[in-house]
Amino acid sequence: MHSWGFQVDALDVARWQFGVTTVYHFLFVPLTIGLSILVAILQTLWHRTSNERYLKLTKFYGKLFLINFAMGVVTGIVQEFQFGMNWSDYSRFVGDIFGAPLAIEALVAFFLESTFIGLWIFGWDRLPKRLHLAAIWAAAIGTNLSAYFILAANSFMQNPVGYRVNPTTGRAELTDFLAVLTNKVALVTFPHTLAGAFLVAGSLIVAVGLWHVIRNRDSADTDAYRFATKFGSWVVLVSSALVLFTGDIQGKIMTDVQPMKMAAAEALYTTESPASFSVLTVGSLDGSREVFAIKIPYLLSFLGTGDPNGTVQGINDLQSQYTAQYGAGSYTPIIPVTYWSFRFMIGLGLAAAAIALIVLWTHRKGRTPRSRWLLRAGLVMPALPLLANSFGWIFTEMGRQPWIVFGEMLTRNGVSRTVSLTEVLTSFTAFTLIYATLAVIEFKLLVRYAKAGVPDLTPAPADDDTDDAERPLAFAY
Amino acid sequence: MELTTIWFLLVAVLFTGYFILEGFDFGVGMLLPVLGRDDRERRVLINTIGPVWDGNEVWLITAGGAMFAAFPEWYATLFSGFYLPLLLILLALIARGVAFEYRHKRPEATWKRRWDAAIFWGSLLPAILWGVAFANIFRGVPLDADHEYVGGLFDLLNPYALLGGLTTLGLFLTHGAVFLALKTSGDIRDRAGALAVKVGAGTAVVAVAFLAWTLTIRSSAAAVVLAVGAALALLAGLAAAKVRREGWAFTGTAVAIALAVATLFAALFPNVMPSTLDAAGTLTATNAASTPYTLKIMTWVAVVFTPIVLAYQGWTYWVFRKRIGVQNIPQH
Repeated sequence: MHSWGFQVDALDVARWQFGVTTVYHFLFVPLTIGLSILVAILQTLWHRTSNERYLKLTKFYGKLFLINFAMGVVTGIVQEFQFGMNWSDYSRFVGDIFGAPLAIEALVAFFLESTFIGLWIFGWDRLPKRLHLAAIWAAAIGTNLSAYFILAANSFMQNPVGYRVNPTTGRAELTDFLAVLTNKVALVTFPHTLAGAFLVAGSLIVAVGLWHVIRNRDSADTDAYRFATKFGSWVVLVSSALVLFTGDIQGKIMTDVQPMKMAAAEALYTTESPASFSVLTVGSLDGSREVFAIKIPYLLSFLGTGDPNGTVQGINDLQSQYTAQYGAGSYTPIIPVTYWSFRFMIGLGLAAAAIALIVLWTHRKGRTPRSRWLLRAGLVMPALPLLANSFGWIFTEMGRQPWIVFGEMLTRNGVSRTVSLTEVLTSFTAFTLIYATLAVIEFKLLVRYAKAGVPDLTPAPADDDTDDAERPLAFAY
Repeated sequence: MELTTIWFLLVAVLFTGYFILEGFDFGVGMLLPVLGRDDRERRVLINTIGPVWDGNEVWLITAGGAMFAAFPEWYATLFSGFYLPLLLILLALIARGVAFEYRHKRPEATWKRRWDAAIFWGSLLPAILWGVAFANIFRGVPLDADHEYVGGLFDLLNPYALLGGLTTLGLFLTHGAVFLALKTSGDIRDRAGALAVKVGAGTAVVAVAFLAWTLTIRSSAAAVVLAVGAALALLAGLAAAKVRREGWAFTGTAVAIALAVATLFAALFPNVMPSTLDAAGTLTATNAASTPYTLKIMTWVAVVFTPIVLAYQGWTYWVFRKRIGVQNIPQH
């Protein structure tokens, strides 16, 4: 490895693997979270109105949902076992606390999701209509509930609560489980993550619907696509408002519990009151004078403290404060990563909301848009909030560094001691290759089925003399 | 009963449930090229587990989560120590799971053939590797005083562990064939039943040898009873398969798997991962466990939610209880 000119050790590869597999997993999770509920809503609309367009949309978006769902499930298994494989010392240190939400997630939420999704997929002709509708809701609730437990576990890493460190064993021990579940970081991250997920799901509904509205004008189902496009746009608008609202609260909590992360978000080296927020900066972010920057005065103070003149601590002050508290070492994250991921998260999310607004405007009073530019904007739309989600997580996790559990354990101390560089490289390479292959396959399938459009509803065969055992399944793999 | 004992039992139960349920999923996957002679037949096989495989796999997620929560040291040592076999299992489960969902999404024969291969290998590898892993857990591996695994990959590939892998492979194949005989109709049902008896006879020899070897390594009265029960259940299941009493045959292979897993856990207790080096390295249900407070909370959650999960998962099997055959596979 020395021939590369720099040293790579198992720790670096383990971190890259965690980053790659987690960001990858979270390409599928937001769609699963958001689409499960949105498809359930569409099916409920059909149930309530008996209007077939909702049934068509349920089946259509349901199919896209399932193509995505499979990927979310299989990449999720890796997440659970990766802690033990690459981060065994972390697992030993926090297992008493961190394992519980994961186990509860599996038992309470994931079973619900996986079992009822099977019932929903295969149950179209096996279950009474009402029960079949209940199945998709149960799966959707399981999915969303699952997010809560995972975020509660993650929030412990950001803001450890409800524990003590046993001086004999050196391990963290749970003292108050309720405190872990009601961690203020978890309480605000949950709605923020969910709203972000709906931003993605709504965007996908818009992109596909709009494509058919513009490109597939003579379709007999234009009415359904128009509805989907407008429905998705409203989902995007409402959820982007919720993302902003919860993100604002998050900023204040972050300033309180992880001030270094807030300083790193702005590359703010010296403590300021009031502090301004830079929309972008040209030049290095190392604290030297920038070449050019667009700054909005008071904004960072307001984001961080709620007071336009509030004090926001700078990196340099926090660094010396932490050195005094935790001993010598760097307690500063990689600033360009935190600075830019924070901005991309906000910017890309807002861009999706802006497109949704234009889409709604072009559909006003029964109008039908024809613009090729709108079509293109619609097609890139799902990528925007999806990337915003990724950048949000990259910001959250990279901004926590060098800690794996803030204030308690450094990331470098959490890695598995006995796992060799070769082993981690093998697994990193294997996951990256299989994930890249599957990404291409999945994307092509999504496009194929999105283009195919809503299904024709073949009328159910009348109850003739066909024996039930002879009848084809309503759905089969 | 002590909380650590309760959780030892619960982890054992979760892995047992996993092997019974995903055992036949693996069996079906491995039999895909054997019993499925054309695309429609292969679709029949896949659709017998279509609605349930995902729920079955959650038993593994729950078992892993329970291990993490209740015995963090066990979880940490096991998964960092058995690194490469576990990696292979994960890759296999990824390929297999996606294959179920994507196989029928395009009409081309090449496309389907590739996913069929993913299902086959994605079932075969875990079927062997879980046996290798659990045999090694039971036999003991080199753990240092900090409970860290200090062996290499080849320490895991010892004859006893490989026989364990062969045993789970045979058991899951038999179990899968019996399941197919129970869930299909027509020609496939006949062939699956006949195959179950043949494969099962070979498996019985391997399984008895493995269990006997197991009891020479570590034993207890309970373990002996369980091992004998496992062998008898397997033979009874095969006899039932022979006379085409498929429900009883399936019960037999399911009980055989349950008792075989129980044998290992019973003989293992109170250890969870013995060390072949200094005894100080051995992980036990006590020194690997979480605090009583965590175990108490987890116990309450398990007591409330396990029956609910069992109820709705059981109901799913009831909903999809009908046999399927080629006539039930839609044209598209």
